[in-house]
Amino acid sequence: MTLLHLEGVTRTVRLIDAPPLTILSGVDLDVAVGDRVSIVGRSGSGKSTLLNLLGLLDNPTTGVMLFDDRPVQSFSSSHRDRVRGRDVGFIFQQFNLLQGRTALENVMTPLLYAEGRAFWQRSRIAAEMLDRVGLGHRLTALPDKLSGGEQQRVAIARALVRSPRLILADEPTGALDLETGAAVMTLLDEVATDSGAALVTITHDPNIAATATRHLRLDGGGLRPVHDPVRDRAHDPALDAVRGTAPATMPDAMLA
Amino acid sequence: MNRVVSNLVGSFVEAWQELRIHRTRVLLSLVGVAVAVCAITTVVALGSVAQQATVEQSERQGGRPASLSMQISQSDGTAPDSAAMQALWETELARYRVGHASRLVQTSQLVQFRDGAAQVQIQGVDPAYGTMHRIRLLHGDWFTAADADRLAPAVLVNSVFYDRIGRPDLRTHPTTTLLGTQNATAVITGVYQATAWDNAPAMYMLADAVQALGPADTLALRGSGQPPSYELWVPPALAEDLRAALTRDVQGALGSTANVQVYRQDYAAYSGDNPYLPLQLVVGGVALLVLLLGALGLVNIALVTLKQRIREIGIRRSFGATAGRVFFSVMMESVVATIVAGVVGVIAAVLIVTNPLVEGFIGQGQVTDFPPFPVEAAVLGLVCATAVGALAGLLPALVAVRVKVIDAIRY
Repeated sequence: MTLLHLEGVTRTVRLIDAPPLTILSGVDLDVAVGDRVSIVGRSGSGKSTLLNLLGLLDNPTTGVMLFDDRPVQSFSSSHRDRVRGRDVGFIFQQFNLLQGRTALENVMTPLLYAEGRAFWQRSRIAAEMLDRVGLGHRLTALPDKLSGGEQQRVAIARALVRSPRLILADEPTGALDLETGAAVMTLLDEVATDSGAALVTITHDPNIAATATRHLRLDGGGLRPVHDPVRDRAHDPALDAVRGTAPATMPDAMLA
Repeated sequence: MNRVVSNLVGSFVEAWQELRIHRTRVLLSLVGVAVAVCAITTVVALGSVAQQATVEQSERQGGRPASLSMQISQSDGTAPDSAAMQALWETELARYRVGHASRLVQTSQLVQFRDGAAQVQIQGVDPAYGTMHRIRLLHGDWFTAADADRLAPAVLVNSVFYDRIGRPDLRTHPTTTLLGTQNATAVITGVYQATAWDNAPAMYMLADAVQALGPADTLALRGSGQPPSYELWVPPALAEDLRAALTRDVQGALGSTANVQVYRQDYAAYSGDNPYLPLQLVVGGVALLVLLLGALGLVNIALVTLKQRIREIGIRRSFGATAGRVFFSVMMESVVATIVAGVVGVIAAVLIVTNPLVEGFIGQGQVTDFPPFPVEAAVLGLVCATAVGALAGLLPALVAVRVKVIDAIRY
């Protein structure tokens, strides 16, 4: 079942004293329930813009974007917020935990925007979720008392506590060491599998990207499939430039 | 319905969390608002006490609204026949069924104290005068009809007189000697508070007792020889009709040689519908200014701290908080904080206003019926606190709604 469908999506931003800047152009993408999609790309390639579109935080300038087969442009602002709260879970590179709140309160935050049982039993549900990510013993710990890996696990618990159908992870291991990053990704994959959610991971790291079943590269404003992200990474023009092995056709701007 | 309740409770929970976490900021806000609310409540409450003091002072002097005063003189300078006048007075009271009325005889009397004799002002009155002029006694009781039968007249002395005779226990029936050709003994049955500026001894005596003291002589100036004046406490709505009727009746009974004047003498006769409107406007204006200053501080703190919260607002939006919810939550923070501050301010105001020292300062010994802490002042304080919270929260809430989620998360 297709959850997200993007067809010919563009995103252009207006600049004050410059011509409009096209960040995404002609993006086609389908994300189905249970999918594992990785999107790699250089800095400034539009990964975050794409993530914002997928997470209903932004609207495409042109093109078709369907969420649950409904055009997102037809959503009212509050409906979009509610759909995002119910169906989308975000995981950020910098964890973005709410400071001053305990791990439990952080995980309870999305449930504050829920209704019915999920709202009234938010404490119990959040505690169970934290237990699920192995932090059942750190319910009352504040973010600054947690390690990076623990903080990201709290963030995962927070993203999944409303059982979203789409998990958007923006550089989920970017602030973690290799070993912790791998453990976090394993956990994320497990939890997403258990809940049947689609997982879209945006990353620089080809090893993290390799954990997905579909690999995409965002380049020149468009998405194209990558068959082996680790090997593809080995031939990344930007990396080549850094290594001094840039081909003669490499534009000067990319070497700067 | 379910969504509305969830949103309401959720907003409150968020607001409370925010207040708990940003204790320092909240406390700073609280101090400003609590002081402002305390000030406005105190000013309004003190204004009420001051008004009561003024009313009581006015009523002590001119009687309660509406008080009619009747003065009678003869064109040939003689006094009207006292027996005939008394009969006429009683007839008029019965005709118009006036329940509270009093004759008033002003005189002075030489009284023997331990440290020598001194002139004491005497007001001869009827028992109803105490109620009509709101007289409360420090000790003892006001005159009753039974006091008219005493052989030794009952007197009510002021606190200066009472201090001067050594504050005897009234249960021992202390007496005082009224000097004259023939000395008379009077029994002190009560003590009233002298005004703050009054340092001369004075006393009340029943009008009949004053007239029974006999003619004045050079030593004692006993009895004034002046005819009494008359006072009536009547419903304000009937005051003008009664004034005209009384003038007509008495004038008709005494003939053309008499000059009868009946007029209203209470404070309400000299002012408009609300004689304290100017005072209330001044007090209200000052209070409003104080509140605005408090609100200004609150807005300032809220706007400055909002910058630090942009990321948090972005995170909440990414987890499903609608713009309306963010707006309401930020407003709630402000309102919850100011309501707490308002409660603190009102409690402080109650403690200040009901403090005996403050009551003494405001009342200046003139208030016998200290009004209880005015509920309207407390309600006004809380309403103002809530309104200020809503107003002060409006600007930050509008800013919060305009936050771009993406930018906020990366802030």
